[in-house]
Amino acid sequence: MTALLEIKGLTIDIARDDGPARVVDGITLSLQQGESLGIVGESGCGKSLTMLSLVGLLPNRIRATGGTAMFGGRDLLKMNARELRAVRGSEIGFIFQDPMTSLNPVMRIGDQIAEALIYQKSIPKPAALSRAEELLALVGIPSPKDRMTAYPHELSGGMRQRVMIAMGLAGGPKLLIADEPTTALDVTIQAQIVDLVRDLKSKSDMSVVWITHDLALIAGLADRIAVLYAGTVVEDAPVNAIFDRPTHPYTRGLLASLPTLSDQPMARLASIGGTPPEPGRRPPGCPFAPRCAMAIAACADAVPQLTAVPGSDPRHRVACIVTTREATA
Amino acid sequence: MTAPLLQIRNLKKHFDLRLGAFGEKGARVHALDDFTVDIVEGETLSLVGESGCGKSTTGFAILNLHRPSGGSVIYKGTDLAGLDEDAMRPFRRDLQIVFQDPYSTLNPRMTIGEALSEPILFHALASKAELPARLAQLLADVGLSPRFASRYPHELSGGQRQRVAIARALACQPRFIVCDEAISALDVSVQAQILNLLLDLQEKYQLTYLFIAHDLAVVRHISDRVGVMYLGRLAELAPSASLFATPLHPYTRALLSAVPEANPRAPRDRQMLQGEVPSPLSPPSGCRFHSRCPLARETCRSQIPEMRAVAPGHLVACHAVTSATSTNWEASE
Repeated sequence: MTALLEIKGLTIDIARDDGPARVVDGITLSLQQGESLGIVGESGCGKSLTMLSLVGLLPNRIRATGGTAMFGGRDLLKMNARELRAVRGSEIGFIFQDPMTSLNPVMRIGDQIAEALIYQKSIPKPAALSRAEELLALVGIPSPKDRMTAYPHELSGGMRQRVMIAMGLAGGPKLLIADEPTTALDVTIQAQIVDLVRDLKSKSDMSVVWITHDLALIAGLADRIAVLYAGTVVEDAPVNAIFDRPTHPYTRGLLASLPTLSDQPMARLASIGGTPPEPGRRPPGCPFAPRCAMAIAACADAVPQLTAVPGSDPRHRVACIVTTREATA
Repeated sequence: MTAPLLQIRNLKKHFDLRLGAFGEKGARVHALDDFTVDIVEGETLSLVGESGCGKSTTGFAILNLHRPSGGSVIYKGTDLAGLDEDAMRPFRRDLQIVFQDPYSTLNPRMTIGEALSEPILFHALASKAELPARLAQLLADVGLSPRFASRYPHELSGGQRQRVAIARALACQPRFIVCDEAISALDVSVQAQILNLLLDLQEKYQLTYLFIAHDLAVVRHISDRVGVMYLGRLAELAPSASLFATPLHPYTRALLSAVPEANPRAPRDRQMLQGEVPSPLSPPSGCRFHSRCPLARETCRSQIPEMRAVAPGHLVACHAVTSATSTNWEASE
């Protein structure tokens, strides 16, 4: 397996009136061909921005200011708008959280899917339209022929998300980035979408990055999980290792605060006190230290680097000076 | 068992719509039909179901925030369902609600202290002199320092704002609080804090909750009883433990099996539901679930199933479920 995507030391800043505020602080992540990676974290941890920065879709006033993101031998962060356009859709597909705001409300869905094919792959319109219909069938939309002429508002939320997936797949990307695609959906529809993506992935060698705040959801989806906190990767490991041996105190806290269908009813959940730091107001050293029950004085000295967890899976790495020491002891 | 705090009988809420370019076509949304439940003092009753199943409408109709289209809500011997705003006012003190998004329900130009004082002064629960102490007490109850009284909503994090919304509901010393997706918008670590807070406050003030949520794991965690709704009707109502251990309605089973488990090795033998929830504008005849039900039979298409007790406290509205141990589930497969 070769690395399809290699992000090194990525930093992203928000331009503010009182100077830049750092939201992503040196993220290093790699993704193998055919691998599915879950990126987990709470609001504002930088999980979406990290992925948006790869394809040049960062919002105004937010910029990637450092690091590299190698994709097929080229640095995505150094590409100009035109080069990025060629990558978007055809090499890296994107599925967003809210299909209602991402689909064009005054364009028939068949045309929207075909447009990408015509534009990126220079496929003639009739062929693009019939490919669009195949894609709709692929993502499990019933009677795709009739749906081709429907407008987004005529479809339910689950169907709209399927259309988004069809568009994400249209260019035959090597990498599909799904940014909380099921957050707005009901559980039964979420289960359908999750099964669909898993099924699509098993049929191809496509890599998938699944961005989510839901650890339970990602457990059944990803080969590997990266946990983000305040713009840094705090733990990165194969999925089984994360759930068997959560090592970073933040990962442990997240898992403990998750109510499950098997825990004791009415018991108090373990919760993490406090709230994540705001961008630009990061504490020195480990960003989690102020909320961490295990913190020691040394935690405030330096930002901990990702290091291997002794005795766990060789790919299990964590950025914590306390728990790695504890594991050795 | 003590007398119920609220007796809800056949509660209905329909919304009339005008469709078509000139509003020439009338249509009726069957948001809630025949909702019957006794809510017992001190319990947490949860309502779960997918969007559009009527769970929030139920909360609104009980509090008369949506005037019910039929049925009754008996509280302290009075039927709230027919009351107008003036007649409702004395009861509002006892019956409170916490919404999903405190950012849109707190006035951005009022400090937290002002927002909390309003209901206290309106219901004359404290004099001006007693107010500061009462505010400090309320803030302390929800785990905030008294300094927060002088802050504005935009200065607070999502979790802190939700604490304020809870404090505001507590301000009038209510007996019953509807928590309408009160924790759904919060991050996992903060969600746990708020859940714990709700449990603590319930113990301290003997509160009764109607907890409306779509997250089944959360619901299992905090509920005494759970009602599962589908397209405006209760499908199943049972003590939390028995609902999650032996779900009987085919919809409940499907819903439970769709919940992702925080275990990468969990088996994935899901009872996948095909298709989507039909439109409440024209709900299916008979059992509203029949169009997606693996057990559907002829009867299901024509007859609305009644809620029947199949075990103590465990009610199911399904023609196929005959007892707590035997369903026709296996037989039809």
